[in-house]
Amino acid sequence: MKFYEYKAHDIFRRYGIPVPHGVLAAKPEDFVEPPLPCAVKAQVLVGGRGKAGGIRFAKTVEQARDAARAILGMTIGSYTVKLVYAQERLEIAQELYLSLTIDRSARAPLLLVSARGGIEIESVPEDKLLRIRIPPLVGLQPFVLRALEKRLALPKDVAAQVSDIARRAYDLFKGEDAELVEINPLAVLKDGRVVAGDAKLVVDDNAEYRHPEYAELDQDRTPLEEEAHDKGITFIQLDGDIGVIANGAGLTMATLDVLSLKGGRGGAFLDLGGTDDPEKVKQAFEILLKAEPSVIFLNIFGGITKADTVAIGAEEALKAFGTKVPVVARIKGVNEQRAKEILADAGMHSVEDLEDGAELAVKLRGAR
Amino acid sequence: MSVLLDASTRLMVQGITGHQGQFHTRAMLDFGTKVVAGVTPGKGGTDVHAVPVFDSCEEAVSATGANASVVFVPAPYAKDAAIEAVESGVKLLAIITERIPVHDCLDLMPYARARGVTVIGPNCPGIATAGVAKAGILPNHIFAPGPWGVISRSGTLTYEIVDAMTRAGLGQTTCVGIGGDPINGTNMVEALSLFERDPETKGVVLVGEIGGTSEEEAARFARTMSKPVFAYVAGRTAPPGKRMGHAGAIIQRGMGTAESKVKAFADAGVPVARYPREIPDLIRDSQ
Repeated sequence: MKFYEYKAHDIFRRYGIPVPHGVLAAKPEDFVEPPLPCAVKAQVLVGGRGKAGGIRFAKTVEQARDAARAILGMTIGSYTVKLVYAQERLEIAQELYLSLTIDRSARAPLLLVSARGGIEIESVPEDKLLRIRIPPLVGLQPFVLRALEKRLALPKDVAAQVSDIARRAYDLFKGEDAELVEINPLAVLKDGRVVAGDAKLVVDDNAEYRHPEYAELDQDRTPLEEEAHDKGITFIQLDGDIGVIANGAGLTMATLDVLSLKGGRGGAFLDLGGTDDPEKVKQAFEILLKAEPSVIFLNIFGGITKADTVAIGAEEALKAFGTKVPVVARIKGVNEQRAKEILADAGMHSVEDLEDGAELAVKLRGAR
Repeated sequence: MSVLLDASTRLMVQGITGHQGQFHTRAMLDFGTKVVAGVTPGKGGTDVHAVPVFDSCEEAVSATGANASVVFVPAPYAKDAAIEAVESGVKLLAIITERIPVHDCLDLMPYARARGVTVIGPNCPGIATAGVAKAGILPNHIFAPGPWGVISRSGTLTYEIVDAMTRAGLGQTTCVGIGGDPINGTNMVEALSLFERDPETKGVVLVGEIGGTSEEEAARFARTMSKPVFAYVAGRTAPPGKRMGHAGAIIQRGMGTAESKVKAFADAGVPVARYPREIPDLIRDSQ
């Protein structure tokens, strides 16, 4: 789950991490007493808003409203801006960096701190980065923070604030089931205060059941992806034209790869997972058809999946939607023979293996 | 012989009375596995396919001498179930459950390790030693005993590749499904080192995918191995920033791309298949 900046700030405040004062607006008139001077920022879940013109500066209420007028409704990435956030302009003396992520190889949370912030962290030289792996079972101990303060080579008072923010950010990371907490820049102000200049927060989708308050948050999904998500279907839109339905994430990715090797391009993929429930298969087809693929490639390798009921679901979907979209189907599983008959009767192209299926799908797409 | 699972494995099934637990207990028994106990709190005293069910892991282990466990417990309860199994004294744990919160795995994995327990998964199809025993959901009929080890982050894609190997007469020692989550109990390098030490395994097939750096680490380790490694990497066409079905399958900040993994394997002299079914050809070409 991703968070709009203003929402991430709300959560940061809850954990006592200092953030700038800000006011949210869905229409220009919502700015009655914005902090001035301020930066009016588009609230989007994708990067690149600055370049797209989604951040403007204002010194008066009228300017803030003008900025809101210009930004609201703007398209950034494939998303329309619905909210803007007016944030007090900070008098920044120095920009630092702080983040918490998960180090997969070490199987531990990783605290990254640098006295060089405000730029992409990948461009910071390794010797200017403090990498602290936190043993998850014992957490972030005070001695680690003391060492951090010493190594930062910042004025004592500033280092103490950074260390306090690190401790609170780790509490947030654990408490909110986060995959990423990133503050860039972590701003040292001219008056000596240290404030989170930006706030990035990503929370583990699998922990949603522990945080029901996040269930209603906007996510960066297309409308069709949103519909699929609500139905509990893994569906992702890509920029090609061939629709793929497969079972299992690895096989789905492999199917897209083979299509590309054969000269095609996946336009959307849908992972059926372990289901062979014809109703679920029908639902899956329905969503995929809405994405208007040039051809559909159904690739199922089931150990215990019933091939015939998958075929029935596919057949019913095609009938119900009266579609002319050609379907190439490769189904391995229980009752495979029966499945092939159903597919053939319904006018689908039944193939034996992945490569042949991909080749045929690319050919049929060319024929249209 | 094999790795992790062998004829001495006495398996316990956690969540045995659920739909998945019952179904796969039958399949594991059919595979030849010694399934000695099941655990479902509140269902102690009943049985599933003649396997006795206990209320707790402790009771199951003390009554049956179970030394391994397979976990089918739903995600919100999986951490508790896994820790209960570790406490009961089993030495091997295969967690099939998907969608376990990553912070639960961050707690669980170092804990299990400190107690000397090997964890496979989560979000994985489990482990199968061909002709001997299975802890998980891999389909029985695709396996044939032979000298090749298999390590995979995927489920169905693994079945596809193992099936192709078996059809080509390339049987397996053990197939280890390490799972598709960012934090797993056994990573690729650890699984490779098990196969390197196994006298019966002649070489290893690695099925990787985008996300993380485990393939790059495995490629580095493969240089030090005496046995050949063959690889497939899924997700060459996956766009950055999209989570491709597995929690761990995501290209983030330029990290975890298929190109980087394929290059790491190529640099280490590990042949990489372009198609899943090319794996048997690569193995035969190397012979």
